[in-house]
Amino acid sequence: MNTQLFFQYIVAGVTYGTIYAIVAIGFNIIYNATGIINFAQGEFVMLGGMIAASLSGFMPLPSAILAAVIITMIIGALIEMIFIRWLDRPSVLRLIIITIGISIIIREAALFIWGEGVKALPYFTGTSVTVISIGDVHLSPQVLWSTGISAIMVIGLNLFFNYTLPGRQMRACSSNRNAARLCGINTKNMVTLSFILSAGIGALGGCVVSPMTYVQYDSGTGLAIKGFTVAILGGLGNSMAAVAAGMLLGILESFSIWIMPTAYKDVISISILLGMLFIKPSGLFGSAEAARLKDF
Amino acid sequence: MPLRKHFQIAALVAAVIAVQLAVTLSGNSHHLTQLTMSAYYSLVIVGLCLLIGYAGQISLGHAGFFAIGGYISGFLTTYNLLPYKDKAIVSIFAKTGLLVGRQDLYGGQALTFHPWTAGLIAVLATFVTALVIGGPVLKLKGHYLAMATLGFGIIVYRIVLGTEKLGAADGISDIPGFTLLPGLQVSGAAGLRIQNYYIAWGLVILSVTLLVNLVHSRIGRALRSIHGAEDAAQAMGIDTAGYKLKIFVLSAVLASIGGVFLTHYNGGIGPSEASIMKSVRYVAIVAIGGMANLWGALIMGFVLNFLSLRGYFGTYDDAVFGVILIVIMLFAPEGLITRSVFSNIRRLFGKAAPEAEV
Repeated sequence: MNTQLFFQYIVAGVTYGTIYAIVAIGFNIIYNATGIINFAQGEFVMLGGMIAASLSGFMPLPSAILAAVIITMIIGALIEMIFIRWLDRPSVLRLIIITIGISIIIREAALFIWGEGVKALPYFTGTSVTVISIGDVHLSPQVLWSTGISAIMVIGLNLFFNYTLPGRQMRACSSNRNAARLCGINTKNMVTLSFILSAGIGALGGCVVSPMTYVQYDSGTGLAIKGFTVAILGGLGNSMAAVAAGMLLGILESFSIWIMPTAYKDVISISILLGMLFIKPSGLFGSAEAARLKDF
Repeated sequence: MPLRKHFQIAALVAAVIAVQLAVTLSGNSHHLTQLTMSAYYSLVIVGLCLLIGYAGQISLGHAGFFAIGGYISGFLTTYNLLPYKDKAIVSIFAKTGLLVGRQDLYGGQALTFHPWTAGLIAVLATFVTALVIGGPVLKLKGHYLAMATLGFGIIVYRIVLGTEKLGAADGISDIPGFTLLPGLQVSGAAGLRIQNYYIAWGLVILSVTLLVNLVHSRIGRALRSIHGAEDAAQAMGIDTAGYKLKIFVLSAVLASIGGVFLTHYNGGIGPSEASIMKSVRYVAIVAIGGMANLWGALIMGFVLNFLSLRGYFGTYDDAVFGVILIVIMLFAPEGLITRSVFSNIRRLFGKAAPEAEV
């Protein structure tokens, strides 16, 4: 393998890694606030991409994306308020099954609304054949857009969690819900906020990558399992590590095409998930002691 | 209690016979096909019910075990070994009677595995897979367990979908019938409908009898204690890991037996049998039946699978199961068919309901 091809694989890996990291961050935000793994996380990404693609026919690209993100956030809030908010100390099994049910309903609704066809936003700048060359490596400007926007998103989240009141309240909830409640934090609202936030992040991610990867009514499930793999690799709840883990998985996957048929690409990443769960469920960067203190 | 157990089994046998008579006498014999198919799905469901409801371990990958059974048996009974006739291993197989020569669809000669051999290999392979996977998987809890089993299911799905030899997206077709005993054949031929209905439901009755006995034994009590409080059970000296693994393997084997039979009955199998939606559907049915309620799961599995196979849900098939799943989990996490329903019915008929102990 020559260096040019090598870098090309890296670029492809980073592109996919970005979206995996975004899904993983969505998982982490809700997990931190509630202890729930939201199995419908991938559906937020799909919804963002599909809604934006539909709206882009009527309005300029930036407003279509903005509208898609806001609509998905509203859907996220509604999901939490209708299905989760009023449950009294639900068991983990119950929550797993409920979020799976939600993902099925969103997927079937998407199938009903948009049909089976793939959708994509236009490229943000240039067209599908526009190429930026850095030395020998050629990349699409969309790769820069998606990694750039994701980077801004991660930095923004960091600022949000560290320097704003709602962000700090959410962190308080995640470290000790009862103590947070005693300090006067409305923990239920924090849970809703976490759904809104992760729906918005997922939707934006869906918009940015849809020109390259396309979205379809059933894109969510695959993304959810990849996102979960990344979240586990980085250590559940750790969003910064998720970015690194996302890149790692994306790159591993893109190199796997080199030794295995493309049809088995998913098998590689899920095997990594299983291996990780079996050997070190606390993640590459997580500590086993800390993981033992969590609920599961 | 033992008397009641026998009564329940007898009721099941009576119901199976009554349904057959009703369907045949009303001239709807073609319904027997779907009834037979839902029996094979019921095998997966009762096994899964034992795993989820009694041992408290969720699995989102049981369609994977079903598919392993069906695909291996289907592949071995259709893959023509004639070109490899002279290879040592093939001739050893042939001499020991594991292979069978027959005419293929186009009148050519084919040398394939005998259905009995193929079926046994398939079930054995599932047994080994479940044993290997189950060890590490069952150490996980909650979300991790759900995701790990889901991951296993997706791997099986991706492999059958991506492998040309297994027919990729088309699956395997033209799978021969399975002669259980001379005169007793698992196949979709129209003349054998009644026979097959009884083979399928006989298998279900057999499995349910086994499981009901299991639930009422020391193992069943151990399982319920694991579900209630695993740490406490362990402290009482119950080998929790061992029991969980045994039940996981048992439910996987039941699923794969269902897979083997249904594949030979339908004469084909496709990748959708391994899909995540199938696994979720099995979990949904167990949930509606009331988690730790074998009879509830069996009844709901029968009703819902039959309706779904007859096409009553139309294009909303998956959506129906999604809605059912959510509604049940939100409003009736104990399931629809609970003990109180039964005792209410009994009260309706004027008999005092004894305070239930199943």
